[in-house]
Amino acid sequence: MWRYFLRRLGFLLLTLVVTSIIIFLVTRWLPGDVARVILGREAGEAAVAQVREELGLDDPLPVQYVDWVRGFVVGEWGLSYSTRTEILPLVTQRLRNSLMLAVVTLVLAVPLAVGLGVLAGLNEDRWVDSLISVASLSVVGLPEFVTGLILIQVFAFGFGLFPATSLISPDAGFFEALPSLILPAVTAMLVLLAYIARLVRSGVIEELKQPYVRTAALKGLPYRTVVVRHVLRNALLPAVTVLAISIGWLVSGLIVVENVFNYPGMGRLFIFAVDRRDLPLIQALTMVTVLIFAFANLLADMAYALLNPQIRLGE
Amino acid sequence: MGEVASQQVDAQPARTGRLLRVLKQLLRDPASALGSAIFVIFFIVALIGPWIAPYGANEQIPGSARQAPSIEHPFGTDILGRDVFSRVLLGARDVLTLAGVGTLVAVIAGTIIGLVSGYQGGWLDEVIMRLFDSLLALPAFLLALLLLGSLGPSRNSVLLVIAVVYTPIVARVIRSVVLGVKTRGYVEAARVQGETYPHMLFREIFPSTLPALAVEAALRFSYAIFLVASLGFLGVGVQPPSPDWGLMVQEGRANVTQTPWALIAPAAAIAIVVIGVNLVSDRLKSILQIPAELRR
Repeated sequence: MWRYFLRRLGFLLLTLVVTSIIIFLVTRWLPGDVARVILGREAGEAAVAQVREELGLDDPLPVQYVDWVRGFVVGEWGLSYSTRTEILPLVTQRLRNSLMLAVVTLVLAVPLAVGLGVLAGLNEDRWVDSLISVASLSVVGLPEFVTGLILIQVFAFGFGLFPATSLISPDAGFFEALPSLILPAVTAMLVLLAYIARLVRSGVIEELKQPYVRTAALKGLPYRTVVVRHVLRNALLPAVTVLAISIGWLVSGLIVVENVFNYPGMGRLFIFAVDRRDLPLIQALTMVTVLIFAFANLLADMAYALLNPQIRLGE
Repeated sequence: MGEVASQQVDAQPARTGRLLRVLKQLLRDPASALGSAIFVIFFIVALIGPWIAPYGANEQIPGSARQAPSIEHPFGTDILGRDVFSRVLLGARDVLTLAGVGTLVAVIAGTIIGLVSGYQGGWLDEVIMRLFDSLLALPAFLLALLLLGSLGPSRNSVLLVIAVVYTPIVARVIRSVVLGVKTRGYVEAARVQGETYPHMLFREIFPSTLPALAVEAALRFSYAIFLVASLGFLGVGVQPPSPDWGLMVQEGRANVTQTPWALIAPAAAIAIVVIGVNLVSDRLKSILQIPAELRR
């Protein structure tokens, strides 16, 4: 178990190094004259020279990379050129908001998705299953900005239940922010819901075909016991890894959703940064997201290993 | 040599026969028949859009801003007095070229890389796959934004982004198919016969990847439409005044109380096309019997 964990951790670190090189090359080398891109075409020579000095753009690329990684690790993330403020406090504040939204989304999505998936899987090809399949296929087809706008129309303007935009004050507490979190979370949830439910469904169907199910039924166990004690236990195991994959979906989903609802999270900051081509800010945001994504994957792998006796017991 | 040639002649009609069979099965199922119909209509609209659109994409019709849907303007007019119906029709070509060409590039590049990487094996395969693993450690949307921030938002950037984001995904799928077939008897036989490298890749191995490739291409295409629309909506993709559907949703949203139809029409167009492509790719998966580990 420990060896498995250490191997996964080592692999994660390697991936992070390569990913950071990719991020660095895309933001430092691909755009050409980085200082010019950051400041825009009208900027004076002196200002450009100053940015070049600040970012160390005249050093060879490997030196720049090492400097940049060191800065990121020790928390010197530098200045955002479009807001003229420190990047670190800006990103951490937005990160907190995004995490609040992500938690609410997952708390809503996971139980519901697993429930629907199991329901569909147990009733394969009956009307419940068809209904769930058609509904989830349609939801998958709708981009988050479309579902979000529909929800705003119905629940904010129609019934007046929730605020239409989620302009919370930057340091609002969780419960203070909760009403503004519901609509964006439901929007992000819908896509996850469809996706997870479909995977759980196929897991349940696969499992029901296994010989042990027939054995259990033939030895006289009630259907309910067979399903709860045997089938679900095995079918839901892969769903843990699904959770990890869904973090990736959540990341992209939240970027769009935050912009639909004007929610002050990382996603909105990201679009702001891309729009202004604020490369240092883009770098920091990407690195933070990749870190979270990688560790979420590691956690899911660990949970899977803990629950799966084949990995837990075998070395 | 003569024997191989005659085999190829035989193989050709068999393959078209198979294609027809798959098409027939697609059309027999009501859901995927609907999906295919949506796709065909969308494709035709994208091709002939400029000839059937009553107005130009950026033609401001004097004195007719903010008009509700009518016979004259089936989807109404937007706040600038542009005909929404015409813009949606003309936008179809944008979506098809950006998402379609981007996907096509990704499929071609991914196929070649996947074939070479899987067939060659060894260190080359190791290096390519490690690199792709790291690229895929970035969620696709994040990689897209990273590239757009670096290149600056434009139509060409969007095209490049789709190609770069989806190439590794296609390559991985193709590679895993290649690993499954490269030790089969007929491939070994061809190798022993001393067939050339391109012949091995494209004549012997490539045909086995076609089912997985077809499904993957359909799937990538629907994600690409999604991506183009989302980037347009966020204002970091295709720039105004293009009749890009995502961009139209964004513009329509700003004036939703005055011209809700300018928001609804492009949003519905996106949803219908993506659902249509999804219905087809979903059915293709079961017709072509793609093994579970290649499904996503």
